[in-house]
Amino acid sequence: MIKFLTKGLLRDRTRSFFPVLVITISVAIVVFASGFMAGTMNSLLLDTAVILSGHEKIVTRAYHEESMLMPNDLALLDADKLIDKLEKEHPEFFWTPRITFAGLLDVPDEKGETKSQGPVIGMGIDFFSEGSRQVEIWELERNLVSGTLPVKKNDALISSKLADKLNILVGEKVTFVGSTMDNAFTTYNYNIVGTFNLRKGQTDRQMMLVDISGAREALDMDNAASAIFGFMHNLFYDDAAVVALRTNYNKIESDSLDIFSPFMLALRDGNQMGTMVDMSNAMLAIMGSVFLVIVMVVLWNMGLMNGLRRYGEVGLRLAIGEPKGHVYRSLITEALIIGLFGTIIGTGLGLSITYYVQENGIDYTKGMEALSNSSMVMPNIFYAQVTPDLLYIGFFPGVLATVFGTMLAGLAIYKREMSQLFKELET
Amino acid sequence: MIFKAFIITSFSLLLGQSNELTVQEIITAMDDNLNAKSRVMTSKMIVHGRRSSRTIESKNWVIGINQAFTEYLSPPREAGTKMLKLEDKLWTYSPQTDRVIQISGHMLRQSVMGSDMSYNDMMEDRPLLELYEAILEGSVIIDGRDHWIMLLKAKVKGLSYPQRRSWIDKEYFLPMKEELYAKSGKLLKTATMDGIKKIQGRWFPSRYLFKDELKRNSKGTEWHIDDIQFDVNIPDKRFSKSNLRK
Repeated sequence: MIKFLTKGLLRDRTRSFFPVLVITISVAIVVFASGFMAGTMNSLLLDTAVILSGHEKIVTRAYHEESMLMPNDLALLDADKLIDKLEKEHPEFFWTPRITFAGLLDVPDEKGETKSQGPVIGMGIDFFSEGSRQVEIWELERNLVSGTLPVKKNDALISSKLADKLNILVGEKVTFVGSTMDNAFTTYNYNIVGTFNLRKGQTDRQMMLVDISGAREALDMDNAASAIFGFMHNLFYDDAAVVALRTNYNKIESDSLDIFSPFMLALRDGNQMGTMVDMSNAMLAIMGSVFLVIVMVVLWNMGLMNGLRRYGEVGLRLAIGEPKGHVYRSLITEALIIGLFGTIIGTGLGLSITYYVQENGIDYTKGMEALSNSSMVMPNIFYAQVTPDLLYIGFFPGVLATVFGTMLAGLAIYKREMSQLFKELET
Repeated sequence: MIFKAFIITSFSLLLGQSNELTVQEIITAMDDNLNAKSRVMTSKMIVHGRRSSRTIESKNWVIGINQAFTEYLSPPREAGTKMLKLEDKLWTYSPQTDRVIQISGHMLRQSVMGSDMSYNDMMEDRPLLELYEAILEGSVIIDGRDHWIMLLKAKVKGLSYPQRRSWIDKEYFLPMKEELYAKSGKLLKTATMDGIKKIQGRWFPSRYLFKDELKRNSKGTEWHIDDIQFDVNIPDKRFSKSNLRK
């Protein structure tokens, strides 16, 4: 039966080619739009996660209370041990130490005296460990404006904005002036090996990136970290999983009476990030649903029109004795075949486009430069995201809507009277 | 009008209590105690951190209000670090980096060696009379000693503390307790002194306690003056930048 109907569809291109084409395009659009919206929302969250919060962030309770002051005297101790434990117990995340520090960057002249100086916010990240993904998540290879990535602990990258402001050239030695973990006065020489531009407005205007070993040496923070960041391996923020881990971790590991006990924060716990996560989820659901409904109506209508267009053919088939149920079932089976075929091609096409945009992104740099004054870090390249739901989301409009449309149109078969059929055929 | 009359009456009564000393005379006497033509001092600063405390020893040479040189003696992390103040400029030398760095701008508001004192606190030693308009608020007995309560309001711009309230001992002419305020009236720091001794004819404290009120749970910084000599001859070369690297 299916083979017979498939042959019929292939031979009559008006019944197969255009419906399949419409379903393919519609499903591809649904798949890509869903992937792009999910990716865009994730891009918004990922940039904030990379720079400020991780998907999860562990700090001491006391550090959390004063985090705006970057109080490294309240940092986590024995960071390596803590990370080992996290990696064993929560392998669904990768964990990395971070030191955030502030001070003054002093640029010497030929005599070694101050030529220029300005405030700097340093980030000690793990450049050198085997398997470290910091260069990847900071997109440093793409964001490097000049020079190279650090290879030694006293190598530093500074933002091109800071380099311009302090008139620093790659290859120059600069001195960081600040306070150690014990609040002692410290000065430390860094070699500037490169400049970067995160292309996120003013976010990086005072930023310096160094390896965590260099930050630890400068600040006397042996095996300590301001925070330990955790990221999901696919870098896709799963709010439910992150919140569940945070709640469970704090229940087991954090002692509310000990100000130095570790305390986990989910990305949504950051300043206004909870609202942002909820809003992005709600927007994703609303926009996705509206779009899905529109496409379903279009394909439903197409199924309906296909059924009505074959009014005469159905009449003839009934007139020559084919049972109404058989005709009805054959129409639905044809719709199912067309829907499945179009959906599979459409899903494949949509996934391909989504994957391409996931890897290459769409660059909105110029527009975003003007918008990035809020506390949230704004991305300037939007990436799509291939998610598991994209594999089946196309089946709702592609198969169900088409079949339902045909089923609705096919109901007319049962209203046809045999006595009227020949009259109709005569006309 | 009634308010003015009240102030004048209170003021007259207070003057009566203070053997006819004017507010200006009190402040001048306090400035005379705290400032000298020159001084050489050895002191210890005990910085109480939230995890541990550190003791930093230093030697300090000062001429008037414009020249100061400090050399840190211990612990090893700080030993050899030197600071030079000339007029309103401050340089620091760190042996770790072998660099002479000028501290300026917002960095002057940063803590010195992690203490509750800022570089500005260290540098601002002009006579109070030049900087503030004083208002006598009253008298109070603290620990059996009579004190004036004085409100000082800045008469020059750009001070770290546009307002300060001092409890001045009537015998020592020293501000035994001070509250330092921002322009908005927010309390920024408190400072107390004790261990008052008569040194070379002047009353001088041997211990200060500074507390940054913006630091939550701060236990403050103690400053112990182990040895101080006033009006000694200090050669000018002490205050040269080249001396920082020596």
